Amino acid sequence: MPMSDPAITPELVRQHNLTPEEFDKIKGILAREPSYTELGIFSVMWSEHCSYKNTRPLLKTFPTKSPRILVGAGEENAGIVDIGDGLAIAFKIESHNHPSAVEPFQGAATGVGGIIRDIFTMGARPVCAINSLRFGPIEAGAGAAHNRRLFGGVVSGIAHYGNCFGIPTIAGEVYFDPSYEDNPLVNAFCLGVLRHEQIARGAAKGEGNPVFYVGPATGRDGLAGAAFASRDLTEESAGQQRGAVQVGDPFMEKLVCEACLELLATDAVAGIQDMGAAGLTCSTCETAARAGTGIEIELSLVPQRAPGMTPYEIMLSESQERMLIIVRAGREDEVKRIFDKWDLPWARIGQVTDTGRMVVKHNGAVVADIPARKLADEAPVYQRESREPAYLQAVRAFSLASVPVSTDPAADLKRLLAWPGIASKNWVYRQYDHTVRDGSVVCPGSDAAVIRLKADSLPPGSANGSAVEKYIALTVDCNAAYVYLDPYEGAKIAVAEAARNLACAGAVPLGTTDNLNFGNPHNPELFWQLKESVRGLAEACRFFDAPVTGGNCSLYNQSPNGPIDPTPTVALVGLIEKREHITTQWFKDEGDAIILLGDVIDEQDPMRGLGGSAWLQGLHQLKTGQPPRCDLEKERSLHNTLRGFIQCGLIKSAHDCSEGGLAVALAESCISQQIARETPRLIGARIDLSFAVAEATRLDALLFGETQSRVIVSVAPLDVVKVVERAKILGVSAVKIGIVGGGELTLKAGKWEGKWPLAELHDLWWNSIARAMAL
Amino acid sequence: MNFAVLQFPASNCDQDALHVVQNVLGLSGRFVWHKENSLAGIDAVIIPGGFSYGDYLRTGAIARFSPIMQAVREFAVKGGPVLGICNGFQILCEAGLLPGALIRNRSLQFRCEHVFLKTVTRQSPFTHTIPAGKILRLPIAHGEGCYFADDPTLEQLEKDDRILWQYADDNGKLTEAANPNGSLRNIAGICNEARNVAGLMPHPERASELILGSTDGRLIFEGLAGWLEGRLAKAA
Repeated sequence: MPMSDPAITPELVRQHNLTPEEFDKIKGILAREPSYTELGIFSVMWSEHCSYKNTRPLLKTFPTKSPRILVGAGEENAGIVDIGDGLAIAFKIESHNHPSAVEPFQGAATGVGGIIRDIFTMGARPVCAINSLRFGPIEAGAGAAHNRRLFGGVVSGIAHYGNCFGIPTIAGEVYFDPSYEDNPLVNAFCLGVLRHEQIARGAAKGEGNPVFYVGPATGRDGLAGAAFASRDLTEESAGQQRGAVQVGDPFMEKLVCEACLELLATDAVAGIQDMGAAGLTCSTCETAARAGTGIEIELSLVPQRAPGMTPYEIMLSESQERMLIIVRAGREDEVKRIFDKWDLPWARIGQVTDTGRMVVKHNGAVVADIPARKLADEAPVYQRESREPAYLQAVRAFSLASVPVSTDPAADLKRLLAWPGIASKNWVYRQYDHTVRDGSVVCPGSDAAVIRLKADSLPPGSANGSAVEKYIALTVDCNAAYVYLDPYEGAKIAVAEAARNLACAGAVPLGTTDNLNFGNPHNPELFWQLKESVRGLAEACRFFDAPVTGGNCSLYNQSPNGPIDPTPTVALVGLIEKREHITTQWFKDEGDAIILLGDVIDEQDPMRGLGGSAWLQGLHQLKTGQPPRCDLEKERSLHNTLRGFIQCGLIKSAHDCSEGGLAVALAESCISQQIARETPRLIGARIDLSFAVAEATRLDALLFGETQSRVIVSVAPLDVVKVVERAKILGVSAVKIGIVGGGELTLKAGKWEGKWPLAELHDLWWNSIARAMAL
Repeated sequence: MNFAVLQFPASNCDQDALHVVQNVLGLSGRFVWHKENSLAGIDAVIIPGGFSYGDYLRTGAIARFSPIMQAVREFAVKGGPVLGICNGFQILCEAGLLPGALIRNRSLQFRCEHVFLKTVTRQSPFTHTIPAGKILRLPIAHGEGCYFADDPTLEQLEKDDRILWQYADDNGKLTEAANPNGSLRNIAGICNEARNVAGLMPHPERASELILGSTDGRLIFEGLAGWLEGRLAKAA
């Protein structure tokens, strides 16, 4: 044992975020006291980030199976789904919240790097990225300048990494709310493509097979980042842990990716895993655990960036862009040849054994000797206490009728379009390369993005039968205000909205990856939010036949000022069968009819759509009221009906009604097509909602209520009757509400009439975030 | 007719360029690795976009020392056509094959969006088939695309009719709003004195198929292919 190792004291155990009971369990597994290095290894492997010790029982309730699933949730670094013709996609979302809170640029950049590695580790070529971001308010308030700095830093970090790597960042969502002020959320998603036979496994198979380390040298950066992510964020922890944030090098990642895919094509690889959270520790024990083998490594052979690194530091470093590769014995020269071609460092650091143990040596002396499976798979599991949060009583008691009736709905629409939660996110995505790889069919700015997969979307070595083009739709959604106000209903809505966005693009869901961003699970009220959200997600994913293929849990998202709103981010991936079915949200041609599919208002409770709405938040600074209901049966009928219409060629545009309700969705359908820089295509509409105006109906509830299960479509005039009649037969309400055309948006509702020049609406919607960022 | 698409470490538009050459235009082409030192059998060279060598030091500053760049110089001297796109344009400037430099966008931010381009001259292998007055719509995706050169160089470029494309609005007007990066004189692309080496910041290879929303980029590749046909026929 190195001389410098500190003695194992209860205080040291506590500092490693391990409870006395967990420490006892470690001693039981080892049948002795752990060494300092072993203590570090257990602390990261048994952190929530790596072990899911607080969430495992909940995650088991997710639907995870379908005939399309080739690699299921939790099996490997990412799930894999069959898309037909021998092709498959690997995708996953992962959080980098705490690193981004203390160092936004690098924190976000390495979040992108980490998720890209998870995808090429599976043998897939990464072909697109999306992300979901949340910050404190950027326009006003004491923290606005700080929030803008975090927002700007995160966006440029994502842009830096993704753009240099050469992956289109093609969709995303951004929200602003005071609950994220000290704890922003950065969830990054990546999708890759491969043929079925190219799936690589993170298993250390074959006793005697050599273990290779490839990629840049190990440094002291990112020490124990996984453990950092698994505790509350405080001023003190942020200060101490700035060193836990890794530094990313997308150039290196691109080379490592290309070299790994080239190597995988040679069949010389028995197993491969990236060194992500918990670095060398996680990759060695997990690969051994998966294969039921043992693994032995010698740390003096690991390339090191800093002199005098201790075994503890080497094992816990989260230096980026590193991979662990188990090579079939006798094929070592191929590793050397390929990595030398790419000028990448590589080293043989050990071999696979049959002992079932993870043995770590440093200059020949054993510094850790742990049963791999017990370390990787037998982390303690906790059934946390849960209790309905007290605040929900006030939420339920809140009467939406007590909110004053809008005196100027025309002005409200303008304010909503300029509200950062609704305003165009072009300030964000214009910084992301979203057109590289020649596959971006629908770019950011429509309900779902669509990419085309073609022969060169595949990794090398897949020449046969790969000419079939495929179209994949992607979206990421979560209205966390709804989740805060009703975790079960809100989580259902997150999935429903994502599935609706896919349907609007013409896609059938293939699978889901979720990112559970919550507060401290030891707080029963916060754990209740988590439990209820998972119940809602599981039910909705089952309903839309979108099994969960993997994801990430990020707990402890809170600061001394309180927890974040519960945010179960949901990314859904769908398949579009034919090129002709790809549909966008903006109106196309003058004279087309505008039809609302779904209910114009919640008839049982006309005010319900305003609960948790953008109108209430943005215009009244109120985040309360019961959120809208989501009837999953109704929602599914809507999606199936819409897709059916799209497949028959009846639909010219389809846009889902979400934040801001009907009025915002209509405005966006008029102003959201962008031809080129400074050149939007604006197309007007004349809407008449008079049929929906009853005596008791409030205009604000009609215009801005967020009743679920609604889509605005435009169709050729001759197809109106067909669409309306068929929708009714299929049990979906459908009513013609207007006509496309003219230079303004006009909206009539009984005696009231609103008129908005399109250029003004577009300016408010398109430029508001840029203006806020220039403050 | 054989196209070469150069591959530097972290070229990332290499596949896109080859895709257009092979699958859209139906021509033959292959990747040429930066460590190779010959372009034997090659009729045209495309230097694709990306972040060669991570753009460390300066964009394109390291790539120009690659073994293949010596071969590109010799190829260009003999009149072979070379097209640099985005990072490829930056490399050509660093290598001295084109004048001027590409510096940080005025906004100090990366920009990815579609732009309109006015084709200034049809006197080049890359522009000769673009219909007169046609405004091209192509995507850009760069952080360092602001074209910069001293006044005499700019005067010379204009005098020699070597500015190939300028950022414009949809009517072909050279406005400040249409200029996405602050390029002097709205310059988006230029060629060398012999007119066989050209570079541009926008990405024609991302606008060569209807499904990607624009086929205007194809005009540039098709023009080059047509010009090459003539050149090869003459040589034969």
